[in-house]
Amino acid sequence: MSDGTLYDKVWDRHKVTRLPTGQDQLFVGLHLVHEVTSPQAFGMLREREQGVAFPKRTHATVDHIVPTGNRDRPYRDEAAENMMAELEENVRGSGIDFSDPDSGDQGIVHVIGPEQGLTQPGMTIVCGDSHTSTHGAFGALAFGIGTSQIRDVLATGCVAMEKQKVRKIEVTGELGEGVTAKDIILTIIGKLGTDGGVGYVYEYAGEAIEDLGMEGRMSICNMSIEGGARAGYVNPDETTYEWLRETDAFNDDPEEFERLKPYWESVRTDDDAEYDDVVTIDGSAIEPTVTWGTTPGQTAGITEPIPDPDDLPAEDRDTARRAQKHMRVEPGDTMEGYDVDVAFLGSCTNARLKDLREAAAFVEGREVDDDVRAMVVPGSQRVRDAAEAEGLDEVFVDAGFDWREPGCSMCLGMNDDQLEGDEASASSSNRNFVGRQGSKDGRTVLMSPIMVAAAAVTGEVTDVREMEEVATV
Amino acid sequence: MSSPEFSAGEAPAEKVTEVSGTGIPVRGNDIDTDQVIPARFMKVVTFDGLGQFAFFDQRFDDEDNEKDHPFNEERYQGANVLVVNANFGCGSSREHAPQALMRWGIDAVVGESFAEIFAGNCLALGVPTVTADQESIEALQDYVEAHPDAEIDIDVAAETITYDDTVIDATVHDAQRKALVEGVWDTTALMGANAGAVRETARSLPYIPDAHVPEDGA
Repeated sequence: MSDGTLYDKVWDRHKVTRLPTGQDQLFVGLHLVHEVTSPQAFGMLREREQGVAFPKRTHATVDHIVPTGNRDRPYRDEAAENMMAELEENVRGSGIDFSDPDSGDQGIVHVIGPEQGLTQPGMTIVCGDSHTSTHGAFGALAFGIGTSQIRDVLATGCVAMEKQKVRKIEVTGELGEGVTAKDIILTIIGKLGTDGGVGYVYEYAGEAIEDLGMEGRMSICNMSIEGGARAGYVNPDETTYEWLRETDAFNDDPEEFERLKPYWESVRTDDDAEYDDVVTIDGSAIEPTVTWGTTPGQTAGITEPIPDPDDLPAEDRDTARRAQKHMRVEPGDTMEGYDVDVAFLGSCTNARLKDLREAAAFVEGREVDDDVRAMVVPGSQRVRDAAEAEGLDEVFVDAGFDWREPGCSMCLGMNDDQLEGDEASASSSNRNFVGRQGSKDGRTVLMSPIMVAAAAVTGEVTDVREMEEVATV
Repeated sequence: MSSPEFSAGEAPAEKVTEVSGTGIPVRGNDIDTDQVIPARFMKVVTFDGLGQFAFFDQRFDDEDNEKDHPFNEERYQGANVLVVNANFGCGSSREHAPQALMRWGIDAVVGESFAEIFAGNCLALGVPTVTADQESIEALQDYVEAHPDAEIDIDVAAETITYDDTVIDATVHDAQRKALVEGVWDTTALMGANAGAVRETARSLPYIPDAHVPEDGA
């Protein structure tokens, strides 16, 4: 008798009770907190004269508003300083661990959880941030919540949720040269749409997924929400365990690792589990993939033509027309050769050490185009330190990139890192919505870190595979 | 109904059985929460005053001159039923989005479909997200444009939207309907009542050290 998918098993282990609404009350194993979506929740708690129920299962950092240049306190941006001060007061008063900039552990919340070993298989993980789905890469059930739900979790250690359906997305075959996890997820969202995952949790499986390291799996799970799925996960395996062994949680405590491993193994999806839906994608056919529009579902392989809105399903046509006008692209063209003004290598999707290594390997010996301002924003202080220990910072700086302090930065433009006017950016982030990168006329083209590196060098969207050929001649 | 506010003391979980009022249409699929409220307005530690920033970049140009947008139109001021199309509220989980809409005056959102986190955030504020088929929604938007002063009645329990002589067969998601109609959408209070069972669940999980679980009665 099958106990079902990882989703079923983790849900059952964390279910406290059925609520009168028909929702389940789920215990939250790890609650991650950042400065933008939590202050109102702490405020509501104070109004109700309630404390934090499980402070030791809660961990905070600062990422959205934190400057990535001068970080002297008080921050020059008064609003950012106020938010930081509010977070400090809230967490210190509650006994919540805080990876603040002085700790050397600060970073984007979805980078620091996995690197510190806070994120583990079989956990329920929530955060007031839609990209919490990232942590599913470890076989956790992880999803974003709103501020009132943050209040719920702070006050009770639980969320109220309804169980969803599970869609298995099997990516078969081997990825081609120059094709990365980012290209897989952009392809998936392009095929299934930005609302294709509503009502579903995505289980990513298949050879192409199993072959990925944890960084790649995180990039894929991270963007589940861009496909409408609130959560996505990969079953834990040796790759997962190798990562975990090196984290703070277990590197000094191999016995604890061995004690928990049977639990992690037990939550893996059973071989005979049934899914509500199964989608198969040929990984070997995926090209370096970029967005041509203003939703993460408007994607094309680098050699594929931008679609004619009239050829799209009726409900997608208006959105596509508006997007093509905003982006100034024409149906039938490819995105190759699209001029860019900015190259942004960062975000919770793609700012981990492996992303930086791959981009640096490409950039080494090359120069950023004169008309491009290029920046690298490492995902965390630890990523930044590790990259510097390998000399990656010098590679980037020598090529003409700005090497910055960690934070969300130009992914959403809440600090000084923003597009100006109608600048176009080649971005390793997750959202190309109008205005997302800080300017409402700005234009965002989403792509993998190595494609960002290639665009930075040429000043236009470039097929990284052709560049590599040039380099080896 | 009046929108419940969480500004003073214990939040009420009042019953939300129906919403009546005039409509305001915002057309287009895939309107993301970055459009509903741009991130720069989230550099605040309360939700107070967010209403004025709803759809800000669609409503104002760089010089803060008004652009064409329903939220700027005189005839829709005072409207409380927002009528939208498909996949409304996709993207960021920011509760600032429904907070901004609610504080602008919206008490219910009617549309073809909603992103999940957005719908959940609306429920936490006691704001129903009611769905109906594309044809019915577009007809309602046309009607509201032609009759901005006409009343629209949403019956949450019966799952209908009524205007003029038309009754739309709508859907309010089961859990949401139950929560609103029975006044049990304050999930903090609801779940707080089960603290003992929560600790028991926590202790049953191999990855939770005993020291991380508060003592019973604590």
